[in-house]
Amino acid sequence: MTKAPHISVQNLNVHIGNQHILKDININIPDKKVTSIIGPSGCGKTTLLKTFNRLVDNTPDVNITGKVLVDNENIYDPNVEITEIRKKMGLLSQRPYPLPMSIYDNIAYGPRIHGTIGKQELDVLVEQQLKATGLWNEVKDRLHNSATKLSIGQQQRLCLARGLAVDPEIILGDESTSALDPISTAIIEDLFITLKEKYTIVLVTHILRQARRVSDYIIFVYMGQIIEFGPTEEILLNPKEELTKEYIKGYIS
Amino acid sequence: MQIRIIKDKIISKLMLVFTLASVSVLLVIGIGLFYRSLPLLQKISFYHLISSSIWKPLKGLFGFFPFIMGTLWVTGIAIIIALPLSLLTAIYIVEYAPAKVRKVLSPFVNLLSGIPPVIFGVWGVLFIIPLIQDHIAPHFVEFSTGYSVLAGGVVLAVMIFPLIVSIISEVLRTIPKELKDASLSLGATQWETIKKVILRKAIPGIIAAVVLAISRAFGETIAVLMVCGNNAVVPHSVFEPGYPLPALIANNYGEMLSIPMYDSALMFAALLLFIIILLFNLISRLILANLERKLSA
Repeated sequence: MTKAPHISVQNLNVHIGNQHILKDININIPDKKVTSIIGPSGCGKTTLLKTFNRLVDNTPDVNITGKVLVDNENIYDPNVEITEIRKKMGLLSQRPYPLPMSIYDNIAYGPRIHGTIGKQELDVLVEQQLKATGLWNEVKDRLHNSATKLSIGQQQRLCLARGLAVDPEIILGDESTSALDPISTAIIEDLFITLKEKYTIVLVTHILRQARRVSDYIIFVYMGQIIEFGPTEEILLNPKEELTKEYIKGYIS
Repeated sequence: MQIRIIKDKIISKLMLVFTLASVSVLLVIGIGLFYRSLPLLQKISFYHLISSSIWKPLKGLFGFFPFIMGTLWVTGIAIIIALPLSLLTAIYIVEYAPAKVRKVLSPFVNLLSGIPPVIFGVWGVLFIIPLIQDHIAPHFVEFSTGYSVLAGGVVLAVMIFPLIVSIISEVLRTIPKELKDASLSLGATQWETIKKVILRKAIPGIIAAVVLAISRAFGETIAVLMVCGNNAVVPHSVFEPGYPLPALIANNYGEMLSIPMYDSALMFAALLLFIIILLFNLISRLILANLERKLSA
């Protein structure tokens, strides 16, 4: 790694109630690369992802200690404006959740909240983001129809476009293809590979093949701890830790 | 055929019969009321009955307009007061309140709906009436006894408040957390998320809650009767007394039935109330269906 890390996690501990969900996490997420977080269900990988945009704050009884630096700024600093942090990151959840409004308004939602953007600029932006996610030709004639009428794969691309419209630096994906058919999955994966030129991408996935196809780096999490971190090929083909080996061979899941 | 399959068929038919029986009660009541109000309807036209403001039973003059207006005023005031309060309460309980506060608040709100109406009536007479008479009305009108449609509306608002809060809370709870997360992760504040996403998603449910509350408010009798003055005149301001339909029936039924046509007139009042609630439900259903179609279009 030559460049400075985009996200740097230092001594992060997360408790929910009396459960220790994340234990002493230290990790540097490289800039403009795809990093996959893999691990068995319930290992804390989604929680880890949600500490990056502080959505984890909304969990009842949560207690967070440690630091998460994004562009060298600790996002858990009390003086930090939480909306500014979140604006830096687009989130793509497990299932698409289009907002209850039109396709156009879904994409315009973020920009409208964040500032005074003119109608014409907004039109340009919407078109631009829909083109970036390959939706433009499919929806250009029905921009003002409800977003919930789209197919689930289209909805997920719309959610990606909606996230890109606030001009983030980072894209967070939480098993973003798990509800999609293989063709839509392939489209989303290809988008991730294209988008890494401009964005840092962090994906949570439980599909090893997907991690292999799209990611440059892999983090293996087990029982709330980071077991191993390294370049994709190295982790998948030549893991150093015994637990990683067992997970990749399919002995633990 | 196997015994268990026969059983299944019998049970399902039985349920159908019971369902039809309970639904037909509605029809039976409607027909009964209509039949009993026929003597009056044969003498005076329906239109005249509902548009005339003169209520002089001894002279055979039955104008129901003041009662219809009394009902609408009281119910309207109640919903205008109760809706914003209940909406904000429900939002607070579901979206903002810490778990501990929520656990204390919810039972309190529900407790409010368990209090008998007559207690609300007494509370209205003891607190709301003097409050209106001495502190509110003097700022707006020269004289008010406090017994007014406003008092009726306030008491009614407190009574329908828990109903609206509990339905709207239920609706808000059904909205997926991920939808809120989607909005929050775009950098929206919690209030922006509530205003632009959650309430939008919840609108059909909120309308349904209001419809239910209004239907209940139309029929609420005893508490309203105790505070709204019961004067058969069309109210022209919130500080004037009114006489809602249920109060008319409850106050007089079984008492002055020696007056010719009086019995029939009270039945007609019941029929009117029945029609108002039926029409109201019908119209709101149409609006709701239309809205849902629009939202999903």
